[in-house]
Amino acid sequence: MMTEVREIVIPGEILGKIKEAKASYGTFVEGDEIISKFLGILKKSGDHISVVPLSGVYIPKRGDKVIGLITGIEKVGWVIDINSPWLAFLYLAEAVDEYVDLKRTDITRYYDVGDMIYAQVSDVKLGNVQLSMRDQMARKLKGGLTIKITPSKVPRLIGKSGSMINTIKEKTNTMIRVGQNGVVWVSGEKIHKAVKAIKMIDEKSHIIGLTEEITKLLSE
Amino acid sequence: MRADYILKLLENGERIDRRKLDEFREIKVETGIIKKAEGSARVKIGNTDVIVGIKMNLGAPFPDVPDMGVLKTGAEFVPIASPDFDTGPPGEDATELARIVDRGIRESECIDLEKLCIKEGERVWEVYVDIHIINHDGNLIDASALASVAALKTSKMPELKEDKIVRDKLVKKLPVNHVPVAVTVGEISNNFIIDPIKEEEDVLNSRLSIAVTEEGKICAMQKGGNCALSMEEVEKMIDLAVKKSKEIRKFL
Amino acid sequence: MGMKTEEKLIVKGKRLDGRKPDEIREIEMKVGGIPNANGSAQVKFGDTVVIAGVYGPRPLFPKHLQRSDRAIIQCRYNMAPFSVEDRARPGPSRRSIEISKVTRLALEPALFLEDYPETVVDVYIEVLQADGSTRVTGINAASLALADAGVPMNDLVVAVSGGKVDNTIIIDLCGKEDNYSLADMPVAYMPRKKEITLFQMDGGLTSEEVKQIIKNILKSGEKVYEKQKEALKKKYAE
Repeated sequence: MMTEVREIVIPGEILGKIKEAKASYGTFVEGDEIISKFLGILKKSGDHISVVPLSGVYIPKRGDKVIGLITGIEKVGWVIDINSPWLAFLYLAEAVDEYVDLKRTDITRYYDVGDMIYAQVSDVKLGNVQLSMRDQMARKLKGGLTIKITPSKVPRLIGKSGSMINTIKEKTNTMIRVGQNGVVWVSGEKIHKAVKAIKMIDEKSHIIGLTEEITKLLSE
Repeated sequence: MRADYILKLLENGERIDRRKLDEFREIKVETGIIKKAEGSARVKIGNTDVIVGIKMNLGAPFPDVPDMGVLKTGAEFVPIASPDFDTGPPGEDATELARIVDRGIRESECIDLEKLCIKEGERVWEVYVDIHIINHDGNLIDASALASVAALKTSKMPELKEDKIVRDKLVKKLPVNHVPVAVTVGEISNNFIIDPIKEEEDVLNSRLSIAVTEEGKICAMQKGGNCALSMEEVEKMIDLAVKKSKEIRKFL
Repeated sequence: MGMKTEEKLIVKGKRLDGRKPDEIREIEMKVGGIPNANGSAQVKFGDTVVIAGVYGPRPLFPKHLQRSDRAIIQCRYNMAPFSVEDRARPGPSRRSIEISKVTRLALEPALFLEDYPETVVDVYIEVLQADGSTRVTGINAASLALADAGVPMNDLVVAVSGGKVDNTIIIDLCGKEDNYSLADMPVAYMPRKKEITLFQMDGGLTSEEVKQIIKNILKSGEKVYEKQKEALKKKYAE
């Protein structure tokens, strides 16, 4: 049975002309041609040509909601692993509302090494990534399991207006938080099934009809 | 956080990939994959992937055993196989693994080294067993030992013409008499597990690797990990390893 | 290279393995295969078998190697001890160190490294079986592995060896031809604009012969590029 896949393009492949289209994410312009930068899925919407990479590391962007692991403590904040080639930093002032007397307080009472947090990227300057927990949704994630998927596949996992992720949550009775950085936290009843569905989306995001396959998997 | 989750599951007798505590992942064995080597095998246990190549050379025997061929086992933990592997000469883990696999082959008398003697005291065949890790997802010892023996069992010796090796001509099988198999048992939270994946290995208290022949003779043992084991635990682990070795042997 | 032999390497226009002078061996390419790596690939040219794995972009230590404006690329070409006729002692040799360097320089122009300051892209090439032209096979595999890893690229990199045996210009030297050749010329290039990124020669050639070999390489390189494209797309074809 032949599975239908979306159109895959390779780096260096010519996708169109700048006279006829606009070069968007995942492409670059050379002369009058729009060329793919990645091995990815070709997307044409309106006159925009873009390529969604099928793999690749997470590049932090301001505003992204991410899941990170606290790996170090400094005097004024915490060092966080956000599944990216660069470490992130969470300043005390961005994490705690109340006044903290640094001379007397051990900040591990707020967050400690090994804690998992759901936070927002507040600033990115040349490899210096800063997080903030001011947003309402920011919190420490307790228990559960975290898995990693390809960051470029996060939109697919979430689905239009959250349709995909909500379906998984409902059918497996789990709480799921998805970070733009490709880290997914799952807690609740049928964790294994939820993880299976998430992994399937990661592996088969290029297949048309994936939604049906996921629905099938979840009803088993 | 994943380590905590794995630990919690193991405390309840469960594993992250839903296997039973004493269950192996899928094992695949392919021999003769490196055509130019005298013998070769590729073993995959789950995502762990190891290639072993056998090369033969002429050399001098060790002075204390002038009528026996020479066996040399080496392992390369090449960085392509894991973010934890560095470039550089074999570290303590690679060295230890090579020596454990070597002991299993040597002490079981897997290869009939006496038949590899050409001229006593002067010329013998040297057998090089080179272990090359391709992807590290735990249990490298069992995979490497299995690949080594699978490769040796299917190895052929090149022709010897006037004291020179004729590489393109492989004339007879490498004399293999015994078939040792290695099984590693991990200990964690009062549970014994077989075939740990890398993330499980990272949380184990200790492990015991055991090489056993087809006759049930234990020919090599090695404890790893920095936690102590009681006598009862050791005995249980040995029994479990010997029992599971029969499953591995089916692939040889 | 340069060893003498009585044996004729080209008889009636056919090479030892029956190939014509401008014919490449049978090529097999597969993308993926090393789950731990960000990207990987295996390439076979006849009996030469090479795997490549890419890790990164990832943090780079020691810090003084970091560049504030882009990622750096590191490359390690290594031969498995059992990959050659006479077992090779494990560890880097002067030859493998040189090949690591020219391979890195062959791949670097194809990568967009500016998006990843202070990081490193590590490329590992392992030769599992050597039957001539291992460095170009490694470059073909590394090119696939980089694309598989999602490293942004300007173009793929295609590589083919050329040379001369028995006074005939040939393409894609096998082991024996490599050993007895009068000249050995590995070339790598980016196919879209035909920009050359690896160019070495060892032996004796006239400048006409060099130009002819380049032409032949660019022609047979098209076939290699098609195979690379096919292998990348096949990974997602189900």
